[in-house]
Amino acid sequence: MTRCSASAIITALGALAISAGPGAAERLVTSLSDHRVMVTSSFIGEQLVLFGGIEQDAASRSRRSGYDVVITVTGPRQTVVTFRKERALGIWVNADSRVFENAPAYLAVLSNRPLDAITNAETLRRMQLGLDNIPLPQRASVNIADAASDDPFRVSFINIKREHGLYREASNGVTFLAKELFRASIPLPADVPIGTYEVDVRLFADAAQLARASSPFEVYKSGFEQVVTNAARDHGVLYGLATAVMAVATGWFASVVFRRD
Amino acid sequence: MPVNVFVILAMGLAIGFISGMFGIGGGFLMTPLLIFLGISPAVAVASVTGHIAASSMSGAISYWRRRAIDLALAFMLLAGGIIGTAFGVWLFTILRSIGQLDITIGVSYVLLLGIVGTLMVSESMRAIIRARQGKPIELRRPGSHTWIHGLPFKLRFKRSRIYVSAVPVWAIGFAMGFIGAVMGIGGGFILVPLLIYVLRVPTATVIGTSMVLTLVTMASATVMHAATNHLVDALLAVILMVGGVTGAQFGARAGQKISGERLRLLLGLLVLAVGIRFALDLVLPPDHLYSIRLLDADT
Repeated sequence: MTRCSASAIITALGALAISAGPGAAERLVTSLSDHRVMVTSSFIGEQLVLFGGIEQDAASRSRRSGYDVVITVTGPRQTVVTFRKERALGIWVNADSRVFENAPAYLAVLSNRPLDAITNAETLRRMQLGLDNIPLPQRASVNIADAASDDPFRVSFINIKREHGLYREASNGVTFLAKELFRASIPLPADVPIGTYEVDVRLFADAAQLARASSPFEVYKSGFEQVVTNAARDHGVLYGLATAVMAVATGWFASVVFRRD
Repeated sequence: MPVNVFVILAMGLAIGFISGMFGIGGGFLMTPLLIFLGISPAVAVASVTGHIAASSMSGAISYWRRRAIDLALAFMLLAGGIIGTAFGVWLFTILRSIGQLDITIGVSYVLLLGIVGTLMVSESMRAIIRARQGKPIELRRPGSHTWIHGLPFKLRFKRSRIYVSAVPVWAIGFAMGFIGAVMGIGGGFILVPLLIYVLRVPTATVIGTSMVLTLVTMASATVMHAATNHLVDALLAVILMVGGVTGAQFGARAGQKISGERLRLLLGLLVLAVGIRFALDLVLPPDHLYSIRLLDADT
């Protein structure tokens, strides 16, 4: 009786973060070190750690090539313009531009080995895995369409995000601690965007997906930071007035402190 | 903002020192330096307006104590100045939305600093050469009339002892407010010569009066930039203010030890150098052809 109810609880708990591929016998259990990340003025970035276990049951076969894991962390969505400079009358001006609709503000694709070694290109494309395959729809006058993965605007957009540490693809991002236990670090840079993040974990073996699990986390600003940010955005006039008053006060204060006559 | 607080403070002190030494607001150095540091031109311009307001305030107070401010003239200049500021912030917003703000700021700086710097250097070089040759310094006759004095709506400004049309006063105020809001400069180095040569304002009241204009236009530009573009970085502005007003006190003492012509030559060279740096940025192929900008309305 006790054994029975215990296993029922485990099954119920597991169901929260477990999902199994159709017909596959593996289950994926994941745990994130933190589900809420606070950003303060002294925030210099943080690493979230994700642990994952692979549960096998009686039906599991032994996998010849071992397991592979691909983790995709997707941040809040933003609309971003990408400009391209061109030479006009001898000077460099922003000439052409593309608008990326609902592009992830943060994107990390972590795996235990290169994506093309885990599965074939067709599957990667279908599952939208990797920076080359992530959909980045562009707004072109009326219709919205995703450009080819070698579109110069798309490539440059991804490169800029990469330089800021906001996009990354790491084929050494997932470490297997044991055959059925893995760990991944999710690096969040100092200027990590605020919002809800989705962690999508996929388990592969022999180039096929066996199981998938996901869990969210949230990045939020601390109380004071949030007040200042909100003030700047929602009460621009007051924020400006406060800055102007500070300017006048600083100027007055200086003239009192350094008065010579 | 991934820029070191102490770098900004040191920069505020250094530019405050220079501005105190030359008796200028320092916006035309501060905004470019922030841009060269990697802060986006939009944020640099919007935040520096606060710094200029602070340094004009401390200047205006000391001129007020010496009764060297013509309030009536300052109010007439402000009538145009506030409208010019609002117009400048409006244009700033539009240029930013079409992605042409940075280039406009760059080109404006090249033109303005190039012209003003060349004039200052050549004028001070002539003065230095004349002094070497022992010839007396040419004095301009402030009494001579031009077409400016033929304009209608004439007003008498008692403290400055001038009788001029309100039209050029408004126009100068408007132009200064406009330039200040778009470029993030107080513009004292243009305003003072304009007041002296166009309106014949005597040197006794010219600097104090111009500081009142910069104080009010820059303070209102801060409010308008914060209200419309949400670009004012209060922390950045405060660090600049504190550094700026402190540095200015020491600069003012250092400036008294150098002769006027040499001071103008140094300032002219500095203005030219900043202008050339801007020109190079425009002409040389950029490191990154592409740039990205977040659209505000979303997220």
